[in-house]
Amino acid sequence: MIELPSVQTALPGTQPDFHFPPYVSTIARSPRMPLVVLPETHTERTGPVFGHDLIRNSDNDLTAQHEGEALGERILVHGRLLDEDGRPVRGALVEVWQANAAGRYRHKVDGHDAPLDPNFSGAGRLLTDDEGRYFFKTIKPGPYPWGNHFNAWRPAHIHFSLFGAGILSRLVTQMYFPGDPLQPLDPIFNSIPDEDARQRLVSHLDMERSQPDYALAYAFDIVLRGAHDTPFEESSKK
Amino acid sequence: MNAPKLVPSGSQTVGPYFRIGLEHLVGKGPVKESALEAIELHGKVLDRDGTPVPDALLEFWSADLNGIPNSNGHPAGFHRVATDLEGRFSFALNKPGATPMGDGRMQAPHMLVLVFARGLLRQLITRVYFDQDPVKTIDPVLLEVLAERRPTLIASSDASDPRVYQWNVMLQGDHETVFFAW
Repeated sequence: MIELPSVQTALPGTQPDFHFPPYVSTIARSPRMPLVVLPETHTERTGPVFGHDLIRNSDNDLTAQHEGEALGERILVHGRLLDEDGRPVRGALVEVWQANAAGRYRHKVDGHDAPLDPNFSGAGRLLTDDEGRYFFKTIKPGPYPWGNHFNAWRPAHIHFSLFGAGILSRLVTQMYFPGDPLQPLDPIFNSIPDEDARQRLVSHLDMERSQPDYALAYAFDIVLRGAHDTPFEESSKK
Repeated sequence: MNAPKLVPSGSQTVGPYFRIGLEHLVGKGPVKESALEAIELHGKVLDRDGTPVPDALLEFWSADLNGIPNSNGHPAGFHRVATDLEGRFSFALNKPGATPMGDGRMQAPHMLVLVFARGLLRQLITRVYFDQDPVKTIDPVLLEVLAERRPTLIASSDASDPRVYQWNVMLQGDHETVFFAW
């Protein structure tokens, strides 16, 4: 466990609101009562640490978890996990999951009529290195339809789950791809009001890290919150 | 203190398919050290209409139970569970002990809880206390909460087996669970 120093608040507009009616599922599932300011105690300042025993060698190569090679456009994804002061978050658990190249998840509730790939599970995990870096190899996920509204399609994305130095640094987000014309149409992407903050969820093509005749690389840096006393949006009410 | 240099990345929903990437830790929380009291926590996650939420993920953190990974890489104070088709979750755990506030006072035994689900663009943060403990009089955090809403944070023990606790998460509505700002 690590005791964290307090850090200051995030900027308004850089996180989604809980209630965002264009994303229909938020309507009945988001709280309406005021959030209560949580005093920062030992509980909030600490968090779990995960060990290397959780990670197998194939966990950061989603193209090679089965007998055959996964189908689709092979890509390399890398980036850094940083705190708000720009310091690397070391030894942090990163978990990723995604649809396959055809836009289908290996999950029983995904009813999209697109083929599963027997050689692709779509799950990866790793621990960041001493400079907060992560890297994995995968297949570029396809866009897929969903039931939010008529003719709704999610832009291609990879889900990321991240642990920081304290439990309040926890972040679940999605990485998008540059130049995807579905992004401006997507309520989940658009739930972040601030344009710059939204664009920071879009990875960028990294030709320096791409491997000629093998795979393109995408770079995606992630910044985690620290624990702090003051909320940035909600009012407290005793 | 200097202003932070970087803006934290935006949160996005965990979506309906999180089990693909997150299930490997579900139900892995160890209940081992014999000195600690083993209990069970059972509950449901419900939406505004009382409809069960069958695709919620909950993470429980208790600071006093050691955040250092054990021999299988899993920290003892951390539990991850997912709801079933009826919105139910349950797990066994070592009951947390009293924890320091950080200012000299003590807190009643509790766990911090993160709630993720399709339809939640950010995780919700709440706490769960245990009704066998004198939480209502001694816990400084609980005293920050309106008295009539405090019961939403307290798990109730079973009359026939005091080691079995029940605690539901109400995402919205008249009996909405108290959630904390982050």
